[in-house]
Amino acid sequence: MVTTDSAAPVRNPRKHQGRAIAANRGPTVGQSIGKLLVWLALGALAVLVIYPLLWMIFSSFKDNSEVFAHPFGLPSELRWENFVEAGNAGVVRYLTNSVLVTAISILTTTLISAWAAYGLVRLKIPFGGPVVLLLLGGLMLAPTVALIPLFGLLQQLHIYNTLWALMVLYTAFRIPFTTFLIRAYMIDLPTEVDEAAVLDGASRGQIFWQIILPMCRPILVSAALLQALFAWNEFVFALVFLSDGELKTLPVGLMDMQSRLLTNWPVQFAGLTMAALPMLVLFLIGQRQFLRGLSDGMGK
Amino acid sequence: MRISIERWKTWVWVAPAVALLVVFVYYPIVENIRLSFFSWSAFSASPAFVGFDNYVTAANDPVFWHSLWNNGLYAIISLIFQVGLALVLAALLEEVVHQRLRGLLRTIYFIPATISITVAGILFSFIYNPQIGLLNRALSAVGLGSFAQDWLGNPGTAIYGVIAMSQWQSIGYTAVLFVVAMQRIPRELYEAAKVDGAGHVRTFFSITVPLLREMTTLVVILTLSGAFLVFNEVMVMTAGGPSNSSQVLNTWLYHNAFLADDMGYAAAIGTVIFVITFSISAAQILITRRRRVQW
Repeated sequence: MVTTDSAAPVRNPRKHQGRAIAANRGPTVGQSIGKLLVWLALGALAVLVIYPLLWMIFSSFKDNSEVFAHPFGLPSELRWENFVEAGNAGVVRYLTNSVLVTAISILTTTLISAWAAYGLVRLKIPFGGPVVLLLLGGLMLAPTVALIPLFGLLQQLHIYNTLWALMVLYTAFRIPFTTFLIRAYMIDLPTEVDEAAVLDGASRGQIFWQIILPMCRPILVSAALLQALFAWNEFVFALVFLSDGELKTLPVGLMDMQSRLLTNWPVQFAGLTMAALPMLVLFLIGQRQFLRGLSDGMGK
Repeated sequence: MRISIERWKTWVWVAPAVALLVVFVYYPIVENIRLSFFSWSAFSASPAFVGFDNYVTAANDPVFWHSLWNNGLYAIISLIFQVGLALVLAALLEEVVHQRLRGLLRTIYFIPATISITVAGILFSFIYNPQIGLLNRALSAVGLGSFAQDWLGNPGTAIYGVIAMSQWQSIGYTAVLFVVAMQRIPRELYEAAKVDGAGHVRTFFSITVPLLREMTTLVVILTLSGAFLVFNEVMVMTAGGPSNSSQVLNTWLYHNAFLADDMGYAAAIGTVIFVITFSISAAQILITRRRRVQW
């Protein structure tokens, strides 16, 4: 629809003949300068993007005086003790809590969502339409809006100030998105496979666990990855529903630590580096999977 | 019409999802709207009905309007960087850069997006720090030392400092989303344009931009709703200060609920946020349901 009218003028070869000939003779001075400028801009952006992180890593090996005296360069020696100190100051505890909450919520979110998606795609559920609407609405609700009532609700359920609170909320708030993600994939699966299994006497549950879930593996991996990113970074709920310092997850714990360590800069930097590393490594290892997961998430 | 018990049994499949949604997502949001018509604090025995008082308070509260303004500022600057510039960046990566380097640059640009907002926020508060910060030193190094200042401690610059961090973190992310979408555009279109003598700029506006319309719409909507959901970065970097200059709606809600203990007013701010973000998402669904770009 777009190309026909907007690209039409380009099809007139005479108008651009001069330029085409120039291109055949190799790049002109103007084109070379243009290319150079583009390269400079891309390079400068790369430095701008990556240098703050290098600064963080370099500074985490320095001592306090070196942070002040030589802020830009490499550390004079590798002071691993900064990392030990940051670990003892809470980072290890926060990492453990974050891993726990993230892992459990990945499991519950993907399973409950896949379970619901299967029901919606393959079975004629009474009032299935309203259920889809309920899920769709859930996509559009901002978490902070629920903050104040949740505060009371979690206290009544006696899970306020426990990691359970985060696990339950991270699951509930991500079910709509994850269900739609998996549902879109399941719709394209051939129905013959499960019809054949029904004829062989398999129950719906067996079909789900033994046939459907394995077939959905690619989208389940994407769903798990997107959930991991969400749970690992979630801040609002972790800030409001945990008061015990021992229970804090990384995003809130680090903020806590920052106010405790104040001007012990190298240890602060070491803590940040330790917190940034897991996701960074995961990304560098599984880059392809990562990007596919993200574009899956956009295409819902 | 009677629905047999057999068919009701299929609710086993959706019951867990529906139950969690109703209890932990829908009930609190409905309850929030109800509570916004009451005056109460965490320690008051029973909320008192006050009608629209909390909304009148908001309308007369300069900090509320300033927060809304900051959210708007966030949206506009994010649109310029994360949609406009990211689109150009993606096109440059795809069109100008050779295959091998392209992958490396893409990886570099994307890396900040893998770091949590808290880490990025604390890191940038160090970069802006007048004692150890890179920014002031870099300014001095290039002879612009007179601009050096306490970026997050100055009411005039604090919110821009936060917004700048956000652009650093997200521009590579949206650029990569655009790159992925660009790779789905058939190469023949570009080759045909090249044969016809169209330059890079011409190709960008005649082929790339129109064919990326769907992804662009999606990124615009996500950027817009993201700008009204901002919370984490502001809390970590400035907590809304100095003197409320960098408050956004979410931090102002948090402040009133948990620091000023005016739960009713906080609930009213929550309802405003709900209306704004719900409208943006509804617009997304209406727009993306329309006919998709075909080629």
